[in-house]
Amino acid sequence: MRHIISILMENEPGALSRVVGLFSQRNFNIESLNVAPTEDESLSRLTVTTVGDDRVIEQITKQLNKLIDVVKLVDLTEGDHIERELMLVKVKALGAARDEIKRTADIFRAQIVDITPSIYTVQITGDAAKLDAFLQAIGPVGILEVARTGVSGIARSDKILSL
Amino acid sequence: MELLSGADMIARFLKDEGIEYIYGYPGGAALHIYDALFRQEDVKHILVRHEQAATHAADGYARAAGKPGVVMVTSGPGATNAVTGIATAYMDSVPMVVLCGQVMSHLIGDDAFQETDIIGVTRPIVKHSFSVRHPSEIPEVLKKAFYLASSGRPGPVVVDIPKDMTTPTERYEYVYPTKVKMRSYSPVSRGHTGQIKKAVELMLKARRPVFYTGGGVILGGASEGLTDLVQRLGFPITTTLMGIGAYPQSDKQCLGWLGMHGSYESNMAMHHADLVIAIGARFDDRVTNNTSKFCPTAKIVHVDIDPSSVAKTVRPDVPIVGPAKSVINEMISLLQGKEIANPNELVEWWKTIDGWRHEREGKLYEPSAPGEALKPQEVVEAVCRATNGEAFVTTDVGQHQMFAAQYYKFDKPNRFITSGGLGTMGFGFPAAMGIKKSFPDDNVVCFTGEGSFQMMMQELSTCKQYGIGVKIINLNNGSLGMVRQWQDLNYKSRHAHSYMESLPDFNMLIGAYGFTSIRVTTREELEEAMQRTFADKHEMVFLDVAVDPHEHVYPMQVPLGSMRDMLLSKTERT
Repeated sequence: MRHIISILMENEPGALSRVVGLFSQRNFNIESLNVAPTEDESLSRLTVTTVGDDRVIEQITKQLNKLIDVVKLVDLTEGDHIERELMLVKVKALGAARDEIKRTADIFRAQIVDITPSIYTVQITGDAAKLDAFLQAIGPVGILEVARTGVSGIARSDKILSL
Repeated sequence: MELLSGADMIARFLKDEGIEYIYGYPGGAALHIYDALFRQEDVKHILVRHEQAATHAADGYARAAGKPGVVMVTSGPGATNAVTGIATAYMDSVPMVVLCGQVMSHLIGDDAFQETDIIGVTRPIVKHSFSVRHPSEIPEVLKKAFYLASSGRPGPVVVDIPKDMTTPTERYEYVYPTKVKMRSYSPVSRGHTGQIKKAVELMLKARRPVFYTGGGVILGGASEGLTDLVQRLGFPITTTLMGIGAYPQSDKQCLGWLGMHGSYESNMAMHHADLVIAIGARFDDRVTNNTSKFCPTAKIVHVDIDPSSVAKTVRPDVPIVGPAKSVINEMISLLQGKEIANPNELVEWWKTIDGWRHEREGKLYEPSAPGEALKPQEVVEAVCRATNGEAFVTTDVGQHQMFAAQYYKFDKPNRFITSGGLGTMGFGFPAAMGIKKSFPDDNVVCFTGEGSFQMMMQELSTCKQYGIGVKIINLNNGSLGMVRQWQDLNYKSRHAHSYMESLPDFNMLIGAYGFTSIRVTTREELEEAMQRTFADKHEMVFLDVAVDPHEHVYPMQVPLGSMRDMLLSKTERT
């Protein structure tokens, strides 16, 4: 099953490589990874999506917790949560396709953030499945370049991941 | 207030931390530190002949003393040479602090002379690592390093120190930090009482219980408590290779050690048990054999200080995360005034176990006949007798390691010192050096083979320099015995590169360093050689014993089988 694990870790050099290294060292999967500082500049928040059965996920969370730089973590998929990813896509926008892409972008509530006579650059946010669906709707022929941020997430309601 | 350079802070901190010996090798990036060590007398530096030996020596000391070992190396090759020793310590959870010189900070990343990203190289084999970014951080960083290395589940910590952090002319305030605060690290101090109660209930109701205890009991200083607990209950106990000595092996409740080359009765008891009480052991593959066939009828209690060890390979019925010592003590107090529910069935269980013991009695190996090559097992037994089973024993890796573990009997913890997790050939001799330096009045014996010994034999020179008198027992079968055994069993005796031709004349080699060397080829010579070897505790003696090259280590678990599936000799199996 797919899990989204959010980690608060020391904003120190080397901390990220310890987390990433752990995944390859122990043969765990990384589907996406996203990391940035938080409002507390001594902490970074890292969100990783991974796939594994319960035993593997248990090991992943335990091994992550064992890293000295990891302060706290939560498996967001254990409860209600909000998952978002941002994607920028360059698509070929010529002839009839130009209008069609605009319409598709509207349906997905995406924005066109840059244009040239032959290209639209589309910005879209949503969960990973929505982004996949958008790419499918555009079709592989029209897609010139894709940049995705990887999943970030936060728990719903009053659950807070902080010190 | 005291102003010290970074280099002087390091020397001073080690003194304040109570460190007597450090093992290392100088080099450009570490020279300020070496100069600081030179200008003081409290911390004594032992100059090894290869950095790997420094880590093994510090490791041996740490395992024997239960305190962190300290290593000092320079950048680049100095640090990379230490890597095998760091990995060895990591796999066996040995507390160790490795101080590495590094090129000047402004050169980092430029592929400077003798630059290696040692933090990156060692990342998967350390408990944690630090890079010093300002000289004033040194006391705090070192304190954290020692705290991390020795608390919780111990392990090696690397501290990378760029040369400009130790510049003699730049001085900063030095205060020895007495406390450490790390918001992201708080090792568990006790187990969950509810879980411990559940475990005790299972223990009281058990019909065929067995304790299975590991290195965690020794590391956690819980051997006394364990002995008390096991004796109160009257249950059988088997230990892992790393747990040898946590419970006296001469006691009748001890079945020896378990796993791939463990005793017949240990493996049989595990397989037939209805309750396995695992403490400070990690269910590794050399113990469990095929996990899907592991202990099919047992409920499992697993006590470990490291949550990630619990349910990693075998899912316990009662997991308890906590230090062995406090959990055991809590178990003992919960047992006060309680009786086991099935005393008669425990008696029956012991009858079954004694039956297994009896089955193999006198059949473990065939002693040599007069005129035949000595059996390695006989040599280990002779050494055990000659030292009253009281020596510190280190080993290298291979057949001799298993024979040493099988035939030397240990009644105390911290005495059997072996690379169990990583299986590092070359470990034994430098580890013995590190122990002897801190326990000069004890016999320190290194069982080795001519393969392993040649991986670290340059340390003879270190022993000469510091007058370190260890006893090296070379079980010389002229081949890489364990590799050869596997080739006999799995490759139709095609001995690909498991032979040792062109062996040196060990008498001449050892003689070149001015040490005593004795060559033994027959059983008749053995006893006298033993007396000579152990005549003086402080004398280095190399005992080169020609042993039967065809001997195999048995029992040996059958691959992919259960614990009870064993080869018992070249012709018998369960």
